[in-house]
Amino acid sequence: MSDLKKIKNEFLSKLNEKLDIVEINQIKSDLFGKSGLISTQFKKIGTIEESERKKFALDLNIIKDELQELISSKINELESAEINKKLEKEKTDITLPERSFVRGKIHPVSQTIDEISSIFSEIGFSVEEGPDVENEYNNFTALNTPENHPARDMHDTFYLDEKKVKLLRTHTSPVQIRTMLKDKPPFKIIAPGRTYRSDSDQTHSPMFHQVEGLHIDKNINMGHLKGCLNYFIKEFFEVDKIKMRFRPSHFPFTEPSAEVDIGYEMKDGKIIIGEGNQWLEILGCGMVHPNVLKNVKVDPSKFQGYAFGIGIDRLAMLKYGINDLRAFFDCDYRWLNHFGFDPLDVPTNYRGLSR
Amino acid sequence: MIITFDWLKDHLKTNLKEKNLLEQLTNIGLEVERVESVSADNELFKIAEILKTEKHPNADRLKVCDVNIGENEIKKVVCGAENAKEGLLTIYAPPGAIIPKTKIKLVVAKIRGVTSYGMLCSESELNLSDESNGITELTKEFRKNIGKSYFSKSKTNLIDLSITPNRPDCLGVRGIARDLAASGFGKLVDLEEKKIHSKNRHTLKVKINKEKGQGCTAFGSCLITNVKNSESPKWLKDKLTSIGQKPISAIVDITNYVMLDINRPLHAYDADKIEKSIIVRNSHSGEEFTALDNKNYKLESGMCVISDNKGVLGLGGIIGGTRSGTELNTKNVLLESAYFKPGSIRNTAKKLNLDTDAKFRFERGIDPLSIEDGLNKAAKLIKEICGGEISKIDIQKIETYKTKKISFDPNIFQKISGFKISLKEMVKILEDLGFEVKKDKKKLKLAVPSWRPDISQEVDIVEELVRINGYEKIKYIEPIKQRKKSTLNKFQKLFHFLQRSVASKGYLEAITWSFTDKRYNDYFRDTNKEIKIINPISSELGVLRNSIFSNLIMHINKNLDRGFKDLSIFEIGPIFNGSNPGEQNTVVCGLSAGKKSRLSWIEKDRNVDVFDVKRDVVQTLVEVGYNSEKFFIDNETPNYYHPGKSGRLFLNNGKNQIAAYFGEIHPNILKQIDIKTESLVGFEIFMENLELPKKPLKDLKVKFSFSDYQKSERDFAFIVNKDVKAQDLINTISSVDESLIKDIKVFDVYEGDNIPENQKSIAISVTIQSSERTLNEKDLEKINNLIIKTVENKTGAKIRS
Repeated sequence: MSDLKKIKNEFLSKLNEKLDIVEINQIKSDLFGKSGLISTQFKKIGTIEESERKKFALDLNIIKDELQELISSKINELESAEINKKLEKEKTDITLPERSFVRGKIHPVSQTIDEISSIFSEIGFSVEEGPDVENEYNNFTALNTPENHPARDMHDTFYLDEKKVKLLRTHTSPVQIRTMLKDKPPFKIIAPGRTYRSDSDQTHSPMFHQVEGLHIDKNINMGHLKGCLNYFIKEFFEVDKIKMRFRPSHFPFTEPSAEVDIGYEMKDGKIIIGEGNQWLEILGCGMVHPNVLKNVKVDPSKFQGYAFGIGIDRLAMLKYGINDLRAFFDCDYRWLNHFGFDPLDVPTNYRGLSR
Repeated sequence: MIITFDWLKDHLKTNLKEKNLLEQLTNIGLEVERVESVSADNELFKIAEILKTEKHPNADRLKVCDVNIGENEIKKVVCGAENAKEGLLTIYAPPGAIIPKTKIKLVVAKIRGVTSYGMLCSESELNLSDESNGITELTKEFRKNIGKSYFSKSKTNLIDLSITPNRPDCLGVRGIARDLAASGFGKLVDLEEKKIHSKNRHTLKVKINKEKGQGCTAFGSCLITNVKNSESPKWLKDKLTSIGQKPISAIVDITNYVMLDINRPLHAYDADKIEKSIIVRNSHSGEEFTALDNKNYKLESGMCVISDNKGVLGLGGIIGGTRSGTELNTKNVLLESAYFKPGSIRNTAKKLNLDTDAKFRFERGIDPLSIEDGLNKAAKLIKEICGGEISKIDIQKIETYKTKKISFDPNIFQKISGFKISLKEMVKILEDLGFEVKKDKKKLKLAVPSWRPDISQEVDIVEELVRINGYEKIKYIEPIKQRKKSTLNKFQKLFHFLQRSVASKGYLEAITWSFTDKRYNDYFRDTNKEIKIINPISSELGVLRNSIFSNLIMHINKNLDRGFKDLSIFEIGPIFNGSNPGEQNTVVCGLSAGKKSRLSWIEKDRNVDVFDVKRDVVQTLVEVGYNSEKFFIDNETPNYYHPGKSGRLFLNNGKNQIAAYFGEIHPNILKQIDIKTESLVGFEIFMENLELPKKPLKDLKVKFSFSDYQKSERDFAFIVNKDVKAQDLINTISSVDESLIKDIKVFDVYEGDNIPENQKSIAISVTIQSSERTLNEKDLEKINNLIIKTVENKTGAKIRS
């Protein structure tokens, strides 16, 4: 038997014994160390006769590979056994609770405002705002509601001075006035914001939210108004069809004026929007009164258009099944958590209003 | 305005059903608010007599009454009214009846141990009047009707309409009938001419003073002598009760009937109680009179009063006085039918806080040409029912009514409504509504009916035409999906970003009122001016908030009371610094109470502290896009923060505008509000003080540079005086070489053993990296020494060896 075969057989049988990592490493160094048996054989290659040299080298390489492979597989085996043993000890009760986290929420009114803005954004409205404290002129007079007009009675107004000049705006309509005084037509805006009336019961809160809409251009008529609101209501309630009714009403700042009802029905104690035989009033609107346009230096013979005002809190109540208006401002932690929205749920056009 | 279909039929010929009527009313803008059946249940309410009263054995204030309801059996009823006494005629409701006011269905009930079969009703419970003091007292004429139903049978429902303030004409049944007829719902019945043809002289002189601010422009009247005032006949009583009104006496009922029927308020005086003549004039300051509501009114100067030679009789168009009121024994009546200016009525009624049916009508505008019609109609009825002689009508005027004319371009209709109707149809609608229409070339010359004060220009005509034609004719024009301008401006975008950024840090968004309790506001007012609401809804909501904290702290306290311990809430909204429009700022205000982690098996529990809110503020501002390396922070904060544990943040060391405050809420406030929590910290970010980004995000993204050369970290520990701020050390180190020093971290602050008193040790790790080459030991050594030298020189620090 050649030396090579001898080495091979000897070490194959050695390696098949039960060995620990130290012993395997010893074998490895015996074979492949600087003066290891295999290493020594390689050094011999040059001294072997040319006729046999090729075969010797070939055999040596085969044996080398075979042994090396066996050694590294043995080492792997041992190492993984060792890790497994260690991991066995590291096992934890994974059902223990995670580190605590807190979740913030967006108020349903804020979410609703974002939804409204997103819908109107798509049809070209931009958002305007105005101050909460208004003067009597912007809130009433400029809106064709002169002093001593009985319509003022419908607005229980909070005043900040005895002369009743400074007040908390009773609606978002003064933003119309501010916008039209500031810029030149056409106008296509919505104005969401806080509004105030000194009224408080189950369905009235001294502060609430409205969104005003205003579209003034050269040929805007009541058909545009109807189309715009129909579009908005459908988008807002995320339904394909909506039953809607325009009926005549009166607001000093619009002529003709309308109130808009939507059809609904109650199913299992929940309100279903867009179907049914009952009507729910949701907004007031109309064609902007020529007197209002004159007051803001817009020529009513050239420009006309519509305006509307919607109660935001009421929309939110309908869409999300909230019963009590006052709860919006009561700040109950449980309520905020329940009706609030995750801050990542930003209503957008491409993603939709809600998931 | 309450009507019945039956009453409507006095003016309207129609075969249509009530269901169609209700629909049509709403369609033409006369919104139906409520429909109530008066008939069915109300038959249960019976005229009854109290036979005997006994004190309730178990209750001092209650009585047990034996009540005769016209049956063999006497009913035992427990009653708490003081006026319940033997012999009283009143109204009895049996078990099963539904009380009109409360809508409660009566049952046989034990009241303090005594069984009560039904109830004796007050006028207010029956919606007859506001009188709730005691049970109804009926006159002796009712004795013959004991056991009969008090309310007469009515076949039609009570229909309550919400009439908008521009439509005074629809405060009369006829006006509503006219609108309905114009819309094709039946035909308006012509009124027979019922003129008074009298030769009797009107012997009472009436004069309207021509003076500045005179609120009365016309005063019509007639005398009806030798009347016998009585109860109204059945048809009249039925009419009034059918709409829920209480009959009083024939004369009063007739004036009410005419008012409700044709919206013509009248007033009846006992002519014998008038001293010599009627003078319509401005009141003098301090004049007094007792009105029919039995209240005494002290007048300011300039209110329109009807007076005689002795003094004020009544407030014109608002309320009459007791001195000249008609009674059952009134013999001679002066009937007034006048025109009062809406503005004058409104001013007076507001100043005296008076609201009456007449005032409601006059302030909206009564038909100035209805003076005679009203007198004719009422006087004839009085004569019919009460007898007597009618005098000639006298009308005093200081102004003559001029018919309003409008030249209407029919093309405007389509321009505004978006749909088309024929000229013929337009003319028909307008004529049906009472307009006189003349065609003049391409225009319509219109004379506006005197009962329509709301119509003054072309667009008002458009509304009439659309309204009567039907709003359902308006087409839907789909909106165009096109955006020419960005939806939000930079400020609004910042608002939304901040809102969601703060919420994402675990704060629940609250929306609280813009006003608050003065007491809470004072805690957080600092040096701001208090802004009072002069008519607050309650004293606890009397001022506009100077800070959002006032409301948030109140609500966080309520939530702590609910048993929540660890809470974070925030609000983004206005605070006010003056009472003029625009004197407000938008603030993001957050408040955190309690602990960071509580009862955790894995985390150490600790109170929320100033560095939690500091992180929330800084992280939020960094997310918005501000560079935290430029932030400048000091500890000058308003007095509602803990003076030692609060900070003020500027976006840069130019210290122009305060971007935010943060810190612990002052312990004194917690004590005074009595908040029970381990810790309370808060912050305020002032939106107006944040500089809006000049560059849009796309321009900030273009340049990307980084260094791949090796980084080195070097640690330093400096001993400094206690008043030296970490920020000073950081700024000093950063100034040594801004291109090489990439990051500076404070990793330890230590006071105590081995450190001299009044000093502290601050340990800082500095990351050094060049963007041009790998630094060698020599380079690092050089910058090391420079850092130490600079810090020591500039801050008086000593490197710790």
